[in-house]
Amino acid sequence: MIDRKAQTRKNLISLAAVLVFLALVLVLDQTIKPTSKAYMLLTVLQKGSVYALAAVSMNLLNGFTGLFSLGHAGFMLIGAYTYAIFTIPSDARDTVYQYFDAAVRVSFPETLGGALGGFGTALGVLLAVLLAGAVAALFAYLIGLPVLRLKSDYLAIATLGFAEIIRAIFQWKKLGPITNGSNLLKNFARCSTFKLKLGETTVSLSTFVPVLIATLCIALIVLLVNSTYGRAFQAIRDDEVAAEAMGINLARHKMLSFCTSCFFAGVSGATMAMVLSIAQANNFKSAMTYEILLMVVLGGIGSISGSVIGALLFISASEWWLRGLDSGTFLGITAPTVFRNGFRLVVFSVIIMVVVLFFRKGIMGDRELPEALRKKTKRGEVSGNE
Amino acid sequence: MGLWNTVLPYLLSGISVGGQYALIAVGYTMVYGILRLINFAHGDVFMVAGLMMVYFAAAMPLYAAIPLMIALTVLLGFTIERVAYKPLRTAPRMSVMISAIGVSYLLQNLALYITGGLNKNYPEIPWISDKITVFGATTTRVTVITPFLTVALVFALVFLINHTKIGMAMRAVSKDFETAELMGIRINSVISVTFVIGTFLAAVGSLLFFSNYPGIVPTSGAMPGLKAFVAAVFGGIGSIPGAVVGAFIIGISESIIKGLDTILITQGLIAEQVDFSTFSDAVTFVLLIVILVFKPTGLFGEKTTDKV
Amino acid sequence: MSERQSVLRLDHVTMQFGGVVAVDDLSMEVGEGEIVALIGPNGAGKTTAFNAITGVYEPTNGQVSFLGAPVVRNHPQGKMKKQYKGSDAALYANEPVLRPTPDKLTALGMARTFQNIRLWKTQTVFDNVLIAKHMLKTSSFLSATLHANRAEEADQRAEVAALLEIARALATKPKLLMLDEPAAGMNPQETAELTAFIGRIRTEFGMTILLIEHHMDLVMDISDRIYVIDFGKLIAHGTPEVIQNDPRVIDAYLGVEEDA
Repeated sequence: MIDRKAQTRKNLISLAAVLVFLALVLVLDQTIKPTSKAYMLLTVLQKGSVYALAAVSMNLLNGFTGLFSLGHAGFMLIGAYTYAIFTIPSDARDTVYQYFDAAVRVSFPETLGGALGGFGTALGVLLAVLLAGAVAALFAYLIGLPVLRLKSDYLAIATLGFAEIIRAIFQWKKLGPITNGSNLLKNFARCSTFKLKLGETTVSLSTFVPVLIATLCIALIVLLVNSTYGRAFQAIRDDEVAAEAMGINLARHKMLSFCTSCFFAGVSGATMAMVLSIAQANNFKSAMTYEILLMVVLGGIGSISGSVIGALLFISASEWWLRGLDSGTFLGITAPTVFRNGFRLVVFSVIIMVVVLFFRKGIMGDRELPEALRKKTKRGEVSGNE
Repeated sequence: MGLWNTVLPYLLSGISVGGQYALIAVGYTMVYGILRLINFAHGDVFMVAGLMMVYFAAAMPLYAAIPLMIALTVLLGFTIERVAYKPLRTAPRMSVMISAIGVSYLLQNLALYITGGLNKNYPEIPWISDKITVFGATTTRVTVITPFLTVALVFALVFLINHTKIGMAMRAVSKDFETAELMGIRINSVISVTFVIGTFLAAVGSLLFFSNYPGIVPTSGAMPGLKAFVAAVFGGIGSIPGAVVGAFIIGISESIIKGLDTILITQGLIAEQVDFSTFSDAVTFVLLIVILVFKPTGLFGEKTTDKV
Repeated sequence: MSERQSVLRLDHVTMQFGGVVAVDDLSMEVGEGEIVALIGPNGAGKTTAFNAITGVYEPTNGQVSFLGAPVVRNHPQGKMKKQYKGSDAALYANEPVLRPTPDKLTALGMARTFQNIRLWKTQTVFDNVLIAKHMLKTSSFLSATLHANRAEEADQRAEVAALLEIARALATKPKLLMLDEPAAGMNPQETAELTAFIGRIRTEFGMTILLIEHHMDLVMDISDRIYVIDFGKLIAHGTPEVIQNDPRVIDAYLGVEEDA
């Protein structure tokens, strides 16, 4: 039966592990200099946290609720733009919107920073990130009204379509005063400028902030998945008819899951803008959604820690470990004719295909990391036929 | 200038693009009809067919290059099915769809590696690339040929499906996979034939499509592929005539949206550019969502009920 | 039964799929505290009737009343009421066509099991029951998310999935429990235990139960009244004794004898 004490202990261990990890990131942030070779590690951590959050939020929808949606890039786009638009400082605004007369002239970090000092700047960034999520969730609500009634692959193609429509809207010249048309947004609050001044010393937060945002959001998703709502989502995934017969309102719960997932996709988009220092609609193509989906599959559909691992591996492999495949030398073998630009991605996609075909459950299957570490036997599933 | 003269070039190119989408869409709709799979890699096979043509045309005369390109494309389609989809026959539908996305990712990355990401110029094919004048609008011959060729090929296909043994097997498999298997139909060969036909049409489609475009990049197949799939859904997935009608509707709408600014300005309806052309891709998806919301099974789709 | 309060009442419920009439003009009633069985040969339309009652299907015609109030109703004329003038319009003016989804009916107090057992397979035994209580919860989405103190998976296996489905249905605190062939696949020993279990649910919770079952021992043992349908039509109704001796029921189950 339920052992409350053991449960509390496990929770505390997980919490401690997360805190140690965050502290480690903070230390690395100070010690690794941009010129160092190990700086790649920080790049991977920054991008990895963006994609980890994106993958986990997609998993909430595709893995835990069983709604196969392919609109993630669109919602990340909304998040990235919302964040960027509301954090461009007023003196940089006219440079950014060089062809348009900028309509939005408020910058949260600037306004709040002016009123409250350094704390206000941080609050402004936080507010912009939350707004990014909220706007993405609002769009998700509007899109969800017509499309959530659709079944499996129809839902996938409709959400994919919506992401493309969103991309077109954000590039529309008529919306230029807000979105800067097809030109990129820049000069907004970005990671490389995040610092904490403690008297004499300056603490760099450029990696810590995106990692912290992703960690907090993923923690929230973990709590949600384990809550009664999360269980209801999984009931819908396992058997929609039974879920409805047991009093679960399908439309409401699907919408909740969709909006929550898109909220975090929006936050992930905002973090991405923060990390990359630019936001441009053309980067958020369906190929990005596919990549996120492949991360989820790599880690194991239905496992949150799996998605995090999948995203980190994906980013490390494509940005770091397999770099040599593109530049002539890999594992000591020099073959410039084979190891040239693009070979990395070929090898990488072959690995992905091998996982998809032969390791269908991904790295974690539907287990979570603590569970896997304890090497517990597969949990007791209830029997029952189709 | 009259309305007709302004609209005509866009209408012509719309019909032509529609015909090219139709050739791709048939592949989608047939595969979906049988496997219930959105073959995301189909658009990329179409792109690979285009790239093959680029390389072959540089190495050999066209009368050898074209058949070789078609044959290898068909082989590619066949291989993809055997390697990436067949092992997942009993897996959940989502796994197969993910495998399709993986194949698409692989093909794009392979193309990126081989071409170095550079824009490859499509070879000029004599006669079909020639400029001609239709009703006072200048266009290429391929624009005019495409719809006729498409319709002819589709008629041949419909004949094959309705009047041959393999066609009957295909119909049986798409109606009920398990029962067809129990009735002794060799599912795997039926599925292979489906892929062979689908990729053949995509190869022909690529020949027509890329003749009208300046060049090919590794992502060139993604958008036409998606649009062709939307066309298949629009017409009612599983229905070949539906896919063709859907493709023409989507091709024409897209083309008209591209020229809407010019049309409205010459008609004096608007004073300055509204920049409708930004939405030339998006309009496809708007059409898709409208049809899915109001008639989820498409224009010619059959209604299905779930058993509890 | 007239002295009992009506829990479930069907008036002329018809369920048509294309040309097939699966349930044909079925009228029946279940009173409070009763155990009523719905029996009939395979394909007689029993499960379809369940689905029409619980909102999975929208009946082609007829009305289902629950606890004295109509909850599911469909009159072909009602759909066309905008075109109707005069007396017909007045008849249906205040009666909108209802299309309640199963979750709303469950919220009203109907709970069911499934013939082809539909447990949530990736969920543990404990979670299966817990999820069924989700509906009764009053905390908001956010507070439920932040409420971290929750039980871990119960590490036990379901020996009898049917019993778990009943437990899950009971977790929604229903007023009417609808069991669709709970004894399917059970041996006589298990069936006897199930019979006792259903009896206990009635005595301990005062539960009203509507039952579809093929095991006649079980049906005759615990039912107060029995409805028999064949080809969607009601062919007999009464106490177990009456049903057992009804020639039409014997015909339906055994087939009409050639020389009879």
